[in-house]
Amino acid sequence: MAHAAGVDVGSTQTKAVIINEARVIVGRALTDTGANVMRAAETAFRAALLDGGIPEEEVGFIVGTGYGRYKVTFGNTQVTEISCHGRGAVHMFPRTRTVLDMGGQDTKAIRVQPSGEIQDFCMNDKCAAGTGRFLGAAATALDLPLAELGPTALRGERAVKITTTCTVFAESEVLSWLGKGKKIEDILLGVHESIAARSIGLLRRVGIEPEVTFTGGVTKNRAMVETLNRRLGLTVNVGDESHFMGALGAALFALDRIVAARAPAHAAETKRGVA
Amino acid sequence: MSHTAGIDIGSTYTKAVVVAEDGSILGRAMEPTGFKLVQAAERALTGALAAAGLVRGDVAYLVTTGFGRHQVGLGDASVTDLTAAARGATHFFPRTRTILDVGGQTMKASRLGADGKVQSFRLNDKCAAGTGAFLEKTARYMGYGTDEIGPLVATSKVAVTISGVCAVFAESEVINQLSEGTAPADIMHGAFVSLVDRSVQLMKRVRMEPEFTLIGGILRFGRMADVVRSALEASVNVPPGDMVQFTAAYGAGLLGQRRLRRLAEKAHAPPAGA
Repeated sequence: MAHAAGVDVGSTQTKAVIINEARVIVGRALTDTGANVMRAAETAFRAALLDGGIPEEEVGFIVGTGYGRYKVTFGNTQVTEISCHGRGAVHMFPRTRTVLDMGGQDTKAIRVQPSGEIQDFCMNDKCAAGTGRFLGAAATALDLPLAELGPTALRGERAVKITTTCTVFAESEVLSWLGKGKKIEDILLGVHESIAARSIGLLRRVGIEPEVTFTGGVTKNRAMVETLNRRLGLTVNVGDESHFMGALGAALFALDRIVAARAPAHAAETKRGVA
Repeated sequence: MSHTAGIDIGSTYTKAVVVAEDGSILGRAMEPTGFKLVQAAERALTGALAAAGLVRGDVAYLVTTGFGRHQVGLGDASVTDLTAAARGATHFFPRTRTILDVGGQTMKASRLGADGKVQSFRLNDKCAAGTGAFLEKTARYMGYGTDEIGPLVATSKVAVTISGVCAVFAESEVINQLSEGTAPADIMHGAFVSLVDRSVQLMKRVRMEPEFTLIGGILRFGRMADVVRSALEASVNVPPGDMVQFTAAYGAGLLGQRRLRRLAEKAHAPPAGA
């Protein structure tokens, strides 16, 4: 049985997904991208093979995506992460019309057609404000592990208003609130509110049409999901695979190519038949 | 003797200068601003007084400036950092018409009239790109401290292109450059060039005119002025030594002297309408 793979080389983490012909995820892996992007891509791919117990020869096509997609040297082709997130989101949540992808260094708002094709998108490519990195800055300032940010913020009662735009300055703003005696919970709630507000601004620029599917690394943060839900007045789609949505989309594109490669004979015959 | 003092509560450092009646500097001191602005201001003033061999009672007029001046609520008067910088810069270079002030967290360009007063200004205070924080982050990604920036960039032969749109995104760029074997000095030099590109854009928006005077903590890195000079293709003034960091505090102290003279004139003048 043929398998297809997608490797999503993000600014912070690299994700790999292997799917079978039934479009079901059979293996997945995650690794930090770090300085050696090529090695991160290779590591994630091998780990995903191992996770699924799939021999490498069974993978018929590999698609690279993400900012480092051209460093997936063993890949057969590359697809932009915009297309991959759209494709993955519509596959997981077929009624998706809007995708919010929040990663380590960028946030993207994507409008998709019912077919999964991209209609419009918008991203912050000039500024790290409103990305996962803003959370990273808060974590550094407060000396907390990233995974504790969400749970801590959920205990907040009165969000502190974060006024800085820049991620670099946010670090000092967080410390200054701490110095003024604000509770960590309330500061972190404020940080989540600030990121959510920026992302929703981005979403508005492409138009918010339900259902909204939330993808990327920050989907694991419960406080961010809840803040988005509250501010949007709806429930965003999030699943266990949301972190892998870009890699899943890439794997789905890879499977298309495997299927298409088999089809030409039939397609050609059909065409001739029609003509 | 009527001494005055100027305190500049900046985003990163707080500077204090004690000024004599003839405008000369009697003492100066600098403290990290941190989050307790009042304490930082007090410490800087105490330091400057100690350097001058004076006590608080010797200061007849105290002027505060800088972003933290309102929070501190000290002194007899406060002036904007642009006004203070203009006074300090024209003291050193009377023909200054454009000032570029690059500090730890802000970048400011202002254009002065022939009278030395601020006519137009632009600030960059929402984004760390284009401020000292950008250089600090770039250095930190490569494992260098702030103090090492100057010596490091001095050894560079050629600047590599660093886009400089965001201090956070610079990290990926720096990592890519390092993995391609680029020398840290050349990356740092590239960060200087990208910061200066942003500065020049800001200066254009105030319709800059010569003479240009550069001030602010970032100018203590000697190479910075060279990069600005070649970007502007014009000569630039830089206050001597560490005065680049004290220009606004000194300007505040000088403005204090002017205020004292006016107060003295008023006291001696016959009461109006008498």
